[in-house]
Amino acid sequence: MSARDDILGAVRTNKPAIDAPAPTVPNYDNAYPQGADRLAALFAERLATMGGTWHALADGQSIDAVLQDVLADKVGKPFDDAVIASNVPEVAGNRPLTESDVPASVHDVDIAVLRARFGIAETGSVCFTEAELTVNAVAYLAQHLVVLLDPAEIVANMHRAYQRDDFVNANYTVFHTGPSATADIEGVLVRGAQGVRSLTVIPAPATPA
Amino acid sequence: MSGNEPNPAATLQRATPEAQPRPAKAADGKRVDHARSAKQFLNAPEHAKSHDTRVWAMRTKRDKQAHTIEEWEELRELASQIKTHTLAHLDTYLEQFEANAKANGIHVHWAADGAEHNRIVHEIFTEHGVKRVIKAKSMLMEECGFRHYMDSVGIEIVETDLGERIQQLDGEDPSHIVVPPVHKMRSDVARLFAEQLGSDPDNDDAHYLAGAQRDATRPLILDADAGMTGANFAVAETGGFVVCTNEGNADLSANVPNLHVASIGIEKLVPRVEDMGVFIRLLSRSALGSPITQYTSHFRAPKQGGEMHIVLVDNGRSKRLGMEKFWSSLKCIRCGACMNTCPVYRRSGGLSYGATYAGPLGLILNPTFDAHRYSNLPFASTLNGSCTNVCPVKINIHEQIFGWRQVLAENGHLPWTKKTALSAAGKVLASPKGYRVAIKTTNSALKHLPRWALYNRMNAWGEGREMPSPPDNGTFHDWYRRNRLKNQAKTPNEGDSQ
Repeated sequence: MSARDDILGAVRTNKPAIDAPAPTVPNYDNAYPQGADRLAALFAERLATMGGTWHALADGQSIDAVLQDVLADKVGKPFDDAVIASNVPEVAGNRPLTESDVPASVHDVDIAVLRARFGIAETGSVCFTEAELTVNAVAYLAQHLVVLLDPAEIVANMHRAYQRDDFVNANYTVFHTGPSATADIEGVLVRGAQGVRSLTVIPAPATPA
Repeated sequence: MSGNEPNPAATLQRATPEAQPRPAKAADGKRVDHARSAKQFLNAPEHAKSHDTRVWAMRTKRDKQAHTIEEWEELRELASQIKTHTLAHLDTYLEQFEANAKANGIHVHWAADGAEHNRIVHEIFTEHGVKRVIKAKSMLMEECGFRHYMDSVGIEIVETDLGERIQQLDGEDPSHIVVPPVHKMRSDVARLFAEQLGSDPDNDDAHYLAGAQRDATRPLILDADAGMTGANFAVAETGGFVVCTNEGNADLSANVPNLHVASIGIEKLVPRVEDMGVFIRLLSRSALGSPITQYTSHFRAPKQGGEMHIVLVDNGRSKRLGMEKFWSSLKCIRCGACMNTCPVYRRSGGLSYGATYAGPLGLILNPTFDAHRYSNLPFASTLNGSCTNVCPVKINIHEQIFGWRQVLAENGHLPWTKKTALSAAGKVLASPKGYRVAIKTTNSALKHLPRWALYNRMNAWGEGREMPSPPDNGTFHDWYRRNRLKNQAKTPNEGDSQ
């Protein structure tokens, strides 16, 4: 405990003696479009700049059909052989996830299908907590991520996002903004550095009619 | 690290690519000679050009992002105020953070310096029988010499950030805090990966190389016994911490093994969750010119069945907090914007600083670790103030650089040549008459002296550049006397009017 007391003691002695109240942080959201549809359009635009794909369902199109349309030529094997782990009732999948799974065991997943807790229009980010992930590691070990997002659950910007109570209640809360990326080799943008190679967001209300 | 534009010139295949420059490192106890190392870097013109172009591209993208946000300057001011407030109450917020983290089931440790940090982490690893660790990028762990320590005790550390992994495989320090191998060209990476990972030595395509590294690293990730991350922010209100990456590698490190250890500098605190809105909006826009990093991860408690440790590290921070002129450097959020904008950094490469931190932030942070070793660094600046103008938390970086020059001079840390030259310059500049005589003499010397007399080791201004040609119509003062003063009533002390 002595390092702790020494450090706190030194901080107490040395901290600047100035009157510096914590500022109030405004929401800065007046200029954002009103209404879920327009906010979703902004979200889709920002998501694209970060390398993600927005894929609205065509009339009568199932989410399973979207998976095949978007990812069939990316999984590197016949689509019928793709390992699909789904955490949403809309997609059956063929690889169940349970909380007792050893994290490294989900390394075989080609496509993980998750529902986002909410989205952020400013950056095109989707948010998950451990409740949506079941096994946190699946969101990074899977080769491709497909995310269902309720357009009614899109907040305008970061300030609004941080007013939610998830950060106080969840053990793990993460924003994904597009797929894994790097430009560490001579500035060339590469998707899928370590985590998922692609991220597809499908607008879908939380309780389908 | 999303998105610099590829450098079209670099796509030309060459029979023999230019070798990567490797500036000499100062021996233990010796002063870092930044100017000499920078010259070694510049001796590789293709690397020098590529570095300058890529680093400046980040600055350009930062400006574009900043201009899309009307409240950008207000955000910088808010960020600065939040950090000032936090640092003025740092003891309280550290205690609050610790209490909340413990209540969430996190083990909290305190380390006075790098050695204690390494010892604590080593103890945790020994207790759990850890043999291999996957690790996200952390400047604090670089400060602590963590990887070298773990090498010495036989625990394998695998860097999971591509850039940091490149530097690890090459046995080199990071040269940029956000893009560790920014000084390397793809030919360097192709050569390195061919040697270390068995990839095709003739294929220098970035996608191929990144893929080779992904395939080589993944089995190590799945098999690791523990994961380590740093933290970009620690939130007192929740006892949680926030890590920002573009690759998702911090999330792999934290979520795949059951044991997660996070090393956090005590200055990373912010009081409330809502403060994060300000910092996340500023961080990646300032760093790379992207709206946000691809992954922004908030860890508040161990995952189910997992164990989480936090090591709070001081390593000179509490002492710096008491330095009247320099405490505000603790506001730094390690975005690297000051490096990207700095003409000296762009043209000398990060390794020439011979220190954990390169660029303007390095000039003001490194002397707090070792004033003698890093006494040359505060002179590696033009004092143009650009670093201060782009800093997202409004640290007066260029003023602190100047302040360090004063402190180092007062404490006798300047090398002899610098001391003598500065003292002579001080005398000349203090006297208007002396100054004018000196300018006239210099101009005349530039006109009439042979090259060997101007370009030699005694004249640092003649190294690596041509001296300016002196104006034909004499000095500014001559011109002023001819064109302005002749129209005015002559004053008796005209020669001294300044």
